[in-house]
Amino acid sequence: MAVMEYIDAIRLAMKEEMQRDESVFVLGEDVGVKGGVFTTTKGLMEQFGEMRVMDTPLSESAIAGVAIGAAMYGMKPIAEMQYSDFMLPATNQIISEAAKIRYRSNNDWSCPVVIRAPIGGGIFGGLYHSQCPESIFVGTPGLKIVAPFSAYDAKGLLKAAVRDPDPVLFFENKKCYKLIKGEVPDDDYVVPIGKANLLREGADITVIGYSQPLHFVMQAAEELEKEEGITAHVLDLRTLQPLDQQAIMDAARQTGKVLIVHEDNKTGGVGAEVAAIIAEHCLYDLDAPIMRLCGPDVPAMPISPPMEKFFMLNKDKVKESMRQLALY
Amino acid sequence: MSDNQKLTDVAMPQLAESLVSATIAKWLKKPGDPIEQYEPICEVITDKVNAEIPSTMDGVMGEWLAQEGQTVNVGEVICRIATAAAPERTPSAQPSGYPAQASPSRTVSAEGESMRHRYSPAVQSLAAEHQIDLNQVQGTGMGGRITRKDVLAYIGQGRPAAAATAASGMVSNEAETAAQRSASPFEGMQRQTPAAPTPPPGTPIPDVRHSGLHLTETPKIPTIEVEGMENGRSEYFIDVTPIRNAIARNMRQSVTEIPHAWTMIEVDVTNVVLLRNKLKDEFKRKEGVNLTYLAFLLKAVVNAIKDYPIMNSFWAVDKIVVKRDINLSLAVGTEDSVLTPVIQRADQKNIAGLAREIDELARKTREGKLTLDDMQGGTFTVNNTGSFGSILSYPIINYPQAAILTFESIVKKPVVINDMIAVRSMANLCLSLDHRILDGVICGRFLQRVKDNLESFSLDTKLY
Repeated sequence: MAVMEYIDAIRLAMKEEMQRDESVFVLGEDVGVKGGVFTTTKGLMEQFGEMRVMDTPLSESAIAGVAIGAAMYGMKPIAEMQYSDFMLPATNQIISEAAKIRYRSNNDWSCPVVIRAPIGGGIFGGLYHSQCPESIFVGTPGLKIVAPFSAYDAKGLLKAAVRDPDPVLFFENKKCYKLIKGEVPDDDYVVPIGKANLLREGADITVIGYSQPLHFVMQAAEELEKEEGITAHVLDLRTLQPLDQQAIMDAARQTGKVLIVHEDNKTGGVGAEVAAIIAEHCLYDLDAPIMRLCGPDVPAMPISPPMEKFFMLNKDKVKESMRQLALY
Repeated sequence: MSDNQKLTDVAMPQLAESLVSATIAKWLKKPGDPIEQYEPICEVITDKVNAEIPSTMDGVMGEWLAQEGQTVNVGEVICRIATAAAPERTPSAQPSGYPAQASPSRTVSAEGESMRHRYSPAVQSLAAEHQIDLNQVQGTGMGGRITRKDVLAYIGQGRPAAAATAASGMVSNEAETAAQRSASPFEGMQRQTPAAPTPPPGTPIPDVRHSGLHLTETPKIPTIEVEGMENGRSEYFIDVTPIRNAIARNMRQSVTEIPHAWTMIEVDVTNVVLLRNKLKDEFKRKEGVNLTYLAFLLKAVVNAIKDYPIMNSFWAVDKIVVKRDINLSLAVGTEDSVLTPVIQRADQKNIAGLAREIDELARKTREGKLTLDDMQGGTFTVNNTGSFGSILSYPIINYPQAAILTFESIVKKPVVINDMIAVRSMANLCLSLDHRILDGVICGRFLQRVKDNLESFSLDTKLY
């Protein structure tokens, strides 16, 4: 088993799937010759040729549209949105076409497309390179949405996404690309879509999250256990649509005190849905108000470094929230 | 007073948004008096409110900087309070001035007991499940709150039961039941729901039976028929009148609550026809009312009910109530409605009396002069459907009665009697029955009895 970076795990997943299945191909801005702005697709063009690794014009709507059309025709495209911030011109294609075609055609057609898009800030990217747009898509039935936090999950979920018969949005966290390393098996494993993952067991509080902030949660949980004896039960949602309701309920019932953490802003975020599920099903198991620690409700990530720092979650913010909830 | 005491300024608070000053009415604490947090230290008068100013800290009143009657601007210091007070006065006072955030074990005493009796759903569920008196549980959460973990720990210790049960038996029992009640409202609801339809003994039974539609708004009385503009000429609307609404509600209630069954019998009424023809003119002359076929039928029905009193009953969920008086409801149709006025004590009346009652009720109905008394107490309904030419109908029971009988048109038919064909006056009697109370056999016998009664009228039958 090799230790590799999060970004390498994503690249490996694409490579393995392209080797396994000839109908899998990659398209996006600068994914070919350049190998992607983050080098996610580096080497793929050399290996598979420009017919299977296609540079596209700067038009996200076209990227999504071409990918959706190809998928309906039987191909397995992996479309890359260079930044998830640029994804909005493709929203109509994704929500109105990809998500609905199976339903609209009474099961005659399907759309096994994967759309990869890097999310998250803290890279001094400012307004248009830092957003977390998952809340825009998460209420759309017909889409599946995954957001891995570890290298292992990144590879396994991307492979599952490629093999899934329906459209999957793959939100990879760009801050994790090089920062997060982990053991990734060489073999052909998949991480099932729709299953949350218990990262840590604890008795005092339950923390539910996804993507990069979970690293803060895990660090804070370690420290809180060592310093104050507070143990946290940590659940990684992994799939944002459809949510693993059973895992959410089980985790909430474990401690009765729930903190939901994500970088996307608080209002209308995934956390709101998770909180609603808990409120609907676990009222009598709750020992404290459900808490959310999220990005502030401001229009976008500021470019000024102190303001970016204010905007972003970090270990200390997470730790303090966890402590407060434990003391409640 | 020791040297380490600290004087803290107390300023005039802003008691209302637009206030800039307030007048000290009365000092409630003299210098040297011990003060607890939130204890009022003085009364103030403003042109908006009169209020007491509470202390924001524990301590001892130091000095007054404003006298009674003096007007003080908001924000100005009115007095000083010595904190970290003399040990002999407030030995248990918390050393204040330290930030409140401290180790978790201290939070209880530091933040008071404000959350001591706020129980989360999880705590209540656990307390109910394990029969725990929460008064016995130590709270370690914020404000002394009992956390889920506290309860689990208490359960884990095997609960210091001796102390709990022996010391305060009554109190803890009460508290337990209270906790149970509040912990699981859903259980309570489940228990109550099925209990509702069963009346406690002694309850007047008709009162239990409210169900069906209840419109809260009385429908408008139509003055005009409104043309439906959007639909052009293809349809128009009629407002639902109160009477129409009542009919709809009763019919719907009957059909939804009562499992209807239906049966029919054919009766030879030739003798009744002959009898009536013989007597009707004289009757009209003597009594001033028409002698109708219906009067004969009612007599036959009443006498049959006397033999089968179960027909005169209604369903009351856990019992069947059989009425001793036979009050016959008579369905009387008008142009746009049907009413069921009642012939009270029909079992006490002879054919002439029934004929008079029929005439009276029909007239009152047409004239709209029915009183509430005329409408109440019916135990069995008869509908003279033959009067509008019907030969067969499937009536809906007049809720909450057990059965309804229709008297269809009298038709001359060839009938085989003793292997000979005769022309007889025949009529159908249709019966809808509440199958919860009645079954086919009893109804068959009942109808047979009505038939026998009708067919046994002869030219010698007396009306009086």
